[in-house]
Amino acid sequence: MAARIAEEAELKARRKRSRGNSRRSVTLALDYAIMIALAVFFLFPIVFMVVSSFKPEKLIFDDLKTIVWAFIPREVTFENFTSVFRRVPFGRFMFNSTFIVLATVSAGLVINSMVAFALARLRWKGKIIVLSLIITLSIVPLDAIVVPLLVLVNEFPWIDGSIGWLDTLHVQIIPFIADAFSIFLFYQFFIGIPRDFDEAAYIDGASPFAVYRRIIVPLSRPVFATVAILQALFLWSSYLWPLMATRGEDSRPLTVGITSFYGQDVKWAQILAFASMITIPVLILFLLFQKWFVQSVAATGLKG
Amino acid sequence: MTRSSRFQSHETVYAWLMSAPALIGLFLFVALPLFGGVYWSFTNKRLISPLPTKYIGLQNYQNLLGLQIIRLQPEIDEATGEAQKDLEGRPVYPRTRTIVRGNPVYEGYREWFTTDVLGGRFVVIARDPTFLRSLINTFTFVLVIVPGQGGLALIMALLVNQRLRGRYVFRTIYFSPVVTSMAVLAIVWTFLYNPDQGLINRFLNAITFGRLQPDWLVSADSALLAIIILSAWQAAGFQMVIFLAGLQGIPQALYEAAQIDGGNTWQQFRHVTIPQLRNTTIFVIISTTILAFRLFTQVDVMTKGGPQDSTVTVIYHAVDTGFRQQKIGYGSAVTVLFFVLVVTIALIQRALLKSDVEVD
Repeated sequence: MAARIAEEAELKARRKRSRGNSRRSVTLALDYAIMIALAVFFLFPIVFMVVSSFKPEKLIFDDLKTIVWAFIPREVTFENFTSVFRRVPFGRFMFNSTFIVLATVSAGLVINSMVAFALARLRWKGKIIVLSLIITLSIVPLDAIVVPLLVLVNEFPWIDGSIGWLDTLHVQIIPFIADAFSIFLFYQFFIGIPRDFDEAAYIDGASPFAVYRRIIVPLSRPVFATVAILQALFLWSSYLWPLMATRGEDSRPLTVGITSFYGQDVKWAQILAFASMITIPVLILFLLFQKWFVQSVAATGLKG
Repeated sequence: MTRSSRFQSHETVYAWLMSAPALIGLFLFVALPLFGGVYWSFTNKRLISPLPTKYIGLQNYQNLLGLQIIRLQPEIDEATGEAQKDLEGRPVYPRTRTIVRGNPVYEGYREWFTTDVLGGRFVVIARDPTFLRSLINTFTFVLVIVPGQGGLALIMALLVNQRLRGRYVFRTIYFSPVVTSMAVLAIVWTFLYNPDQGLINRFLNAITFGRLQPDWLVSADSALLAIIILSAWQAAGFQMVIFLAGLQGIPQALYEAAQIDGGNTWQQFRHVTIPQLRNTTIFVIISTTILAFRLFTQVDVMTKGGPQDSTVTVIYHAVDTGFRQQKIGYGSAVTVLFFVLVVTIALIQRALLKSDVEVD
């Protein structure tokens, strides 16, 4: 059906093309001109960053005098990268960031989807109140609660008997596992799955948890991917909370690692090398799973 | 479909068990700090302090919002009894500081700005001029970025939605800043914005022959604009994808009908695309507004609120007072006001955008 419509549109377009061929090619050229200009605008900072990270500091500033050379690595050195490793525990930062994202996202997928399942597919007293409470909490921006949250976690006990969560990895994980917006996305997806599936399973004597585990979860892969990607993007970039909740290098993520590196001593070649090492892995992941990234973002808007 | 009440109670147990982890998390890390923040905003709590925390009522809020306008009286020449004039014939006014210092009514106030209007000189004094400035900066940021970034995103979505060769490549390029951390980008752009050696001014120099060389982050006139451009650049790809999903949801038949009626491209855009994108646009406006109010990272990395408070934002001020100066009570009051503000704006927007019924 869609293919036929596309074909017809193509045919119509072709007919039109023969009518106003020159006007059409002018618009086409204009479209491409705008698209290429925009592409340059969106790419130049990242390309400049990566190219410069391979240049000696002095050459970066020399090449800036001629715009074109700023984008050409006429001399390649890896010294900036080794300097970064010498000056800061880059591996530690990378591990922290990755661990925080993976732990938070995977725990979040479990607990947020479970509560959404209970709300969307089980009958129980208190459901309406819980649902409206969650929707209310979803408008609370994280920034509006960071200051009091810091005071609270500073007084929370931890399993080893110590008091205060500051300067740890778990202070960057546990508070962000439960997420009202993720619950909302799961809820909207689960509510659309036909009831017949679970009814049949219940007749066979399955428990609600078994229905969640064996029927709903396997049917809901797209929404799990959406929530995982959106949460991972948000957590990977998070800056304000780790800035407040961590002091030492041991628990810091990359974002705070690079800004404190930048604050210590401005050596641009090294800073750009650091920035490239943070950015390139994510860009590669993005290129590999592009379809999923784009679908996740699109999903936030569809039912909003 | 009927299930026994025994089964339902069994379902209730499962429901609570499965909800418990997330509900406990939301309670401890969202609801509790929210209420804690409201509570502490009425106290003088500090993060580390030998003194006990005291209830101080509305004092934090009064300090945040305290604002007075004073009309200055020109200095009187004691010999003639007339207003003193300077060499250019303008009246001479006393210095603001002498007035504020000398009067106990104005204790705790600082000069915010002075303005000559309505034939007199007025001094606006505030207890926390930085906070008031942060409100103005944040609103300016929101008012510019919501239409600016949204418009850019819509243009990009329209471009890559055409059946053009290479459209996926362009889509990927426009989206790529979205997956990059703002803290990293803010550092890179600080380098790009360098007035003398930065790539941006080198480029502007080449195409305008040196006529356009803004000082970007260094000048109070352009620092906020610099942050706006970076922010739009980073996030426009996100809204582009949402618009793109909206565009692809428009039934092709509507365009065909418009073509049969003889509608040209502009008319099709005006009468098919725009009305059909209504809900998408509402969503983009509301979500961008809320995100824009939260501006912090770029400011913290690039300008620390300067020069002369020109980029200080509400969240930046909350973190600066509540965290860096450790005045928990005061910082909490800032975040409470911020929360009230964001919720109010979201509700107003929702009411305005949803109430005016679709006109076709």
